[in-house]
Amino acid sequence: MKEELIEGIVQNVLQGRRNQDDEGIEEGTVGQPGVAELVQEALDNGIDTNTILLEGLSRGMEMVGQKYETGEYFIPDMLTAAEAVEAGMEVMEPHLLGEEAGAGKGTIIMATVEKDLHDIGKNLVCIMLKGAGYNVVDLGIDVPSERVVEAAEEEKADLIGLSALLNTTMVNMGKVIEALDKKDLRDKVKVIIGGAPTSEDFAQEIGADGYGKDAFAAIREADKLMKTGGGS
Amino acid sequence: MSERGVVVSKPYNRLSREQIELIDKISLALLENPGILCYHQESVSLLEKAGATAKATREGEHEAWWVSIPAKVVKEALESAPSKIVLGARDPENRVVLDAEGFRTHFGSGSETNYWVEAKPEVFKSREDGHERTFPLLTKQRGSVDLLCRSAHLAEQLENLDFFIRNVNVQDNDITTDNKDVNVFFSSLNNITKPVIGGVADFDQLEKVVEMAEIISGGRDELVKNPLVSFITSVIKSPLQVVAETAEKLVAIARLGLPVVISTSPQGGSTAPIDEVGMVAQVNAEALAGITINQLANPGAPVIYGAVPVRARMDDLHDMYGVPEFCHYTMACAQMARHYGVPCYSTAGVGDAKVPGIQASVEKVYTHTAVPFAAPDLVHYSFGLLDKTQIFCPEQAVLDNHHIGMSKFLYRESGVTEESVDKTIKMIRDVMNSPYRMYARYARPLLRRGEIFSGFPFEGELEDQDQTLLKVHEHMEELEKREPKHLPEDVCAKIFEKIPGLLPRLNPYK
Repeated sequence: MKEELIEGIVQNVLQGRRNQDDEGIEEGTVGQPGVAELVQEALDNGIDTNTILLEGLSRGMEMVGQKYETGEYFIPDMLTAAEAVEAGMEVMEPHLLGEEAGAGKGTIIMATVEKDLHDIGKNLVCIMLKGAGYNVVDLGIDVPSERVVEAAEEEKADLIGLSALLNTTMVNMGKVIEALDKKDLRDKVKVIIGGAPTSEDFAQEIGADGYGKDAFAAIREADKLMKTGGGS
Repeated sequence: MSERGVVVSKPYNRLSREQIELIDKISLALLENPGILCYHQESVSLLEKAGATAKATREGEHEAWWVSIPAKVVKEALESAPSKIVLGARDPENRVVLDAEGFRTHFGSGSETNYWVEAKPEVFKSREDGHERTFPLLTKQRGSVDLLCRSAHLAEQLENLDFFIRNVNVQDNDITTDNKDVNVFFSSLNNITKPVIGGVADFDQLEKVVEMAEIISGGRDELVKNPLVSFITSVIKSPLQVVAETAEKLVAIARLGLPVVISTSPQGGSTAPIDEVGMVAQVNAEALAGITINQLANPGAPVIYGAVPVRARMDDLHDMYGVPEFCHYTMACAQMARHYGVPCYSTAGVGDAKVPGIQASVEKVYTHTAVPFAAPDLVHYSFGLLDKTQIFCPEQAVLDNHHIGMSKFLYRESGVTEESVDKTIKMIRDVMNSPYRMYARYARPLLRRGEIFSGFPFEGELEDQDQTLLKVHEHMEELEKREPKHLPEDVCAKIFEKIPGLLPRLNPYK
C-alpha cells in the first residue's frame, strides 16, 4: 500500500497532474487521483511527511530533471511537474508545521526589480524553486529595492532572487544589494540575479552572489549557495 | 489511403475561375493554330485518327508534322485521364496517392545533377589569436552510382521526402548508354522503399527497367496495382514541339499502364513568354498535348500534368528558380491541372546559389513555402539542389528536409471549431485564476501530439560563428549510418540473373 501510494505520487509528478481534474501526458487520466489526492491518502494512511517528500515528490522531480537532461521532457513538463509538487506540498503544509516548521530547502524572496513589468522568467523560476522544495515568497513585478529588503527581513529569507528584462532596469538590482548593505543584512542574505540582459560579469560587477542564466541554473545556484553557507 | 505528404488546408488560388478559363482558351487556340510541331510519326497518326489535321514538313535533317489539334480532341483525352493515381512503393505504407480533386501535396527529389558537393569539417587555427575553429570545407565530385546509392539511402531517412527521383547523373567509366538506365533504377530501388520516379534515357532499356520492377513486385499485374516505378517523359521541347524519342517512350509507357509525368520545362524569356499569361498558356498547351497523346495511346492510362516553367536570367539566360515569377508560373499551372482533373507534378526548392547555406536556403524556402500553397500533388526538385540543378548537396538536402517540415506545418488547419469554443474559454479562465497565469500545462498535450513545431535542430553553440552546416553534417552522418533497406537477397539474385548490364558491385549480397 505504502509503496503503491509513493509510486503513484512519483508517476503523477512525472505526469504533471496536480489533482484528479488534470490531464496528464498520457490521455485518459482525468478523474484518477492526482498528486494532491495521493498525498492526502498517504497522510491518511500514516505515511510520514519525510517519506512522502523525499521518496515521492522529490524523487519524482529528480526523475523529471533527468528526463529533461536527456531531451525527453521540455520546459512545460518541468513546470507542470513543479506545479504538481507544489499541490502536494500544500496538502502537506499543515502537517509539516506540526512536525518541523520551516521545512524545505530555505526561503527565497523573488521579485522583478523596480520599473520592470516583465514576469515570465521570474514566474518560471518561482514555480521551479517551489518544485525543488524552496519556500518562495513572490513579491511580483516593479518592486522597489526597499520592499525587497523589508520582505527579506520579515521572512528571515536565506536568498533573494532578482529578475530584470530591460537594460534600463537591471541597474536596480545593484540598488537592492546597496539597500541590504545599508541595513547590515548583506552577510545574512545571498542574492541571485537573472534575466535576458544580465550576465555572470554583471552579477560580479554589482556584487551579487550568483547568476542563473535560466531557471535550472537558478536552482543550481540556489542549492549551491545554501550548501556553502548562504542564508541567515 | 496514403498518409504521406501534407493536406494544404486552404489552397491559394492565384487565378480566378474566369482567368483559368481564359488560359484554357488561349492554350486550346494555340494547339489548333499554330498547333504542335511533332517529330514522332506514331503520335501524329494517333492525333490524326482522333480528328487532328497534320501537314508534313522538314526541320533540318528530320521529318516533322505541323499538327493542328482541335479543342474537342484535347477535351476527350482529358475526360479519359484518371484524376486519381497511385504511385506504388516497395513499402506499401509509403505509397503516394495523387488525387486531382484533393489538396494533398508530396515532396520529392530530382533531378540528374552532374556534381555532388558535400561538406567536410576541418580545423583551422586563427592567425590573430591562435584559437582553433572547425569550418566546413566543400568538396566537389562528379556523380557516380555509389553516390546515387548514397543519396537514395539518405532519401529513405528523410521523413519529409515522399518520393524519389534520382538526383545524381551517374558518370562512372563502366556506365554506358546500354546499361545506364538499369543501373540507375536498380541503385534507386535497392536503397529506398518510397515511390521511385524517373526518366529512361534509352528506349531499349525501358523493357528491362519494367522487368526489374516486375521481379520486385511479383509480376506485371502486381506492378500495375502497385507501380513502384513511375516515369517522367520530357516529351515537349519548348515551344510546342514533340520530340520523337521521348514520344516513343511516352506511348510505350501509356500502353504498359504505368504512371507517367508529362514534363515540360520552358524558360520564360527564351523558349516561352516571360510574362505569366504567356508562359502559363504555353506550358499548359504543352502539357495538354502530351496528355492527349498519352490518352490516345491508351485511354485511361495514369498520366500526370508536369509543369516546370522557369524564368531566364537576363544577364546570361541561365535558369532562375528562386524568384517570384517562378512561383507565379507554377502556382497557376497547379490550378490549371486541377481544373482539368489531372494530378499535377510541380517544382520548388531549387537553390540558384552554388553553395549550401544561407542564400541557398533563402531561395529554397521562398519557393518551398509559396508553390505548395497552390496544392500541386507532387513537388519535385525539393531536396539538395544547388546551382540551379547542377549540384546535389546532401547536407543541403538534410536542411531542406527541415524547411519542408516547416512548410508542411504551415498548411495545417487552424483548429477553430465549435468544439474549441468552450475548451478555449475554460482554459483561459482557469489560467487567469491560477497563481502565475502560465499556459505551459496546456502546451504539453500539443507538444506530445506533435502539434507544436520542434524548432531549428541545427543551432550552434558559438556566438560568433554560424555552425549550421557542421551540425547538419553531423546529423547527415548519423542518418547515413542507418542500415540500408536493400531488396531481399533472392530478389536481388533474380534481378542480376535476368537483367543484363547491372554492375556486379551494386549487388549488396556479393
